[in-house]
Amino acid sequence: MSSLAGYEKVILPDIPNLNQIEVYEKHGGYDGLKKALSMSQDDVISEVKKSGLRGRGGAGFPTGLKWSFMPKGDKIRYLACNGDEGEPGTFKDRQIFEFNPHLFIEGTLIACYAMGIKTAYVYIRGEYLKWINILQASLNEAYAKGYAGQNILGKGFSTDIVIHRGAGAYICGEESSLMNSLEGKRPYPRIKPPFPAQVGLWGQPTTINNIETLANAAVILRKGADWYSKIGAEKHPGPVLYGISGHVTKPGVYEGPTGMSLKELIYEVAGGIRNGKKLKAVIPGGSSTPILTPELVEKATMDADGLRAVGSSMGTAGIIVMDEDTDLVDTLHTLSKFYHHESCGQCTPCREGTGWLEKVVAKFAEGKATRQDYDLLLKICAQMEGRTVCALADAAAWPVRNTITRFKEEFEARMADQDKKGWEYSMKAVSGV
Amino acid sequence: MFSFTEENLRLIEAEKKKYPTVESAVMPVLWIAQQQNGNWLSEEAIQAVAGVLDLSPAHVIGVASFYTMYNKQPVGKYHLQVCSNISCSLNGAKKIIHHLEKKLNLTLGETTPDGLYTFSEVECLGSCGTAPAMQVNDEYIENLTTEKVDELLKELGK
Repeated sequence: MSSLAGYEKVILPDIPNLNQIEVYEKHGGYDGLKKALSMSQDDVISEVKKSGLRGRGGAGFPTGLKWSFMPKGDKIRYLACNGDEGEPGTFKDRQIFEFNPHLFIEGTLIACYAMGIKTAYVYIRGEYLKWINILQASLNEAYAKGYAGQNILGKGFSTDIVIHRGAGAYICGEESSLMNSLEGKRPYPRIKPPFPAQVGLWGQPTTINNIETLANAAVILRKGADWYSKIGAEKHPGPVLYGISGHVTKPGVYEGPTGMSLKELIYEVAGGIRNGKKLKAVIPGGSSTPILTPELVEKATMDADGLRAVGSSMGTAGIIVMDEDTDLVDTLHTLSKFYHHESCGQCTPCREGTGWLEKVVAKFAEGKATRQDYDLLLKICAQMEGRTVCALADAAAWPVRNTITRFKEEFEARMADQDKKGWEYSMKAVSGV
Repeated sequence: MFSFTEENLRLIEAEKKKYPTVESAVMPVLWIAQQQNGNWLSEEAIQAVAGVLDLSPAHVIGVASFYTMYNKQPVGKYHLQVCSNISCSLNGAKKIIHHLEKKLNLTLGETTPDGLYTFSEVECLGSCGTAPAMQVNDEYIENLTTEKVDELLKELGK
């Protein structure tokens, strides 16, 4: 298990005015790019592979491997940088834009060099206008200093970085929806295959990486894969931005190594539960990751394996903490309403299913649910999971399935009185669903 | 009748150059149109967007209608957009919403008769660590309390 003790911050270090390019350069900024440009493209990809970096946007896919999927040759290809950051409980990329924008820009340039990409689009959610402006100012600095644009650092490599402002749609954080959004189409997710590395933006090979992932790539090139791979959990290494919110004393984004214990993050880093209350539940990686009971929180470490062991996943490392007074039925209703609102409507199981989930969870919130409604929720979840073009249906179903099974007494307590009888019988019947 | 200003036409040309197809500029051009048109997209503004990009108005409406931030109806001078998602709710967003409803005598989605405020509920703003939060137009106001809301309204109402 890793700990904050002795950890050196590299994504969001405590250096004032690091957003200014001169300050950034003074602290090793753009050294990673220089190093990358002195290497072959394949060697850069190998270095990222060797580092063990896994995507920080939610899926945790190995970044170097993803980069290696891009075909060689003269074909025009693109990089899409995903700064849509819409997953409830996630607020880390805005910290990078605000406090270390050049690290992200450097990582983007390294990625472009490694994959032979001449244009990168940075997709940032529409609400983040403030951070779009900060990033644009930083980009202008990078262009002025010759790090971006034509013939970068005189090495004959050219890349443009273009910012694209979203306009308020959670689904655009899904990579194929993001591509359709960039293309000016109605942003429905695309069926895979073909995968973006074959047919992506405007039909060309495309890689999509999260903002934090690209920032990590810059660190890897600057410090080396050997240094990087020793940080945090062995199979899911590196620094990570933990966003801790909800009922903690000091909510915020904290950088640490992967593999930290969830308990250390909640009780030491974030100052524990507010007002001396007890813990009721934690969602460890953004709203769609399965919720944890206090018993599971005891055991959880923040890396892919550590969270799989407690039946959840790392997601975006957005940790949502709920104290003993939290009404989990209401909280689940908030989430179900959100997913219903954000379903793009393309696939029937999601369009209809998210609506049903919201309505049935609302019945529990209003105290009108029957025990059949509990069974119905599980049945709807089963009819949504894995049956749609993108993962939004799964993201909507998982919180319901996990909250009502892991905290079933809370839902039982909210049933209409006459339905509380026979609950035991119902539970036996449901276990087969 | 809506037509783009000379300056905005220049901005639109610059936006078009950023993408390999003209169609791709539809989102940035919708932003420009919305800004010129007093923070909402009228049918005429949509027509103008379609015109400069050589797209059908139906396509432009198809795009614009998908996104919550393109306003399809006029909004007040100050668009108050309160986040009610999980981290904000855990920190009292509902209380903020009720307080605003009472103060402005509005229900969610409505605009005050004087056109000063529109009051909306929005999904996660990415302010989970500084919850509850809202946006007044494009600006974030975070760590909201009912007192802070009162002060803000006093400031905006001047």
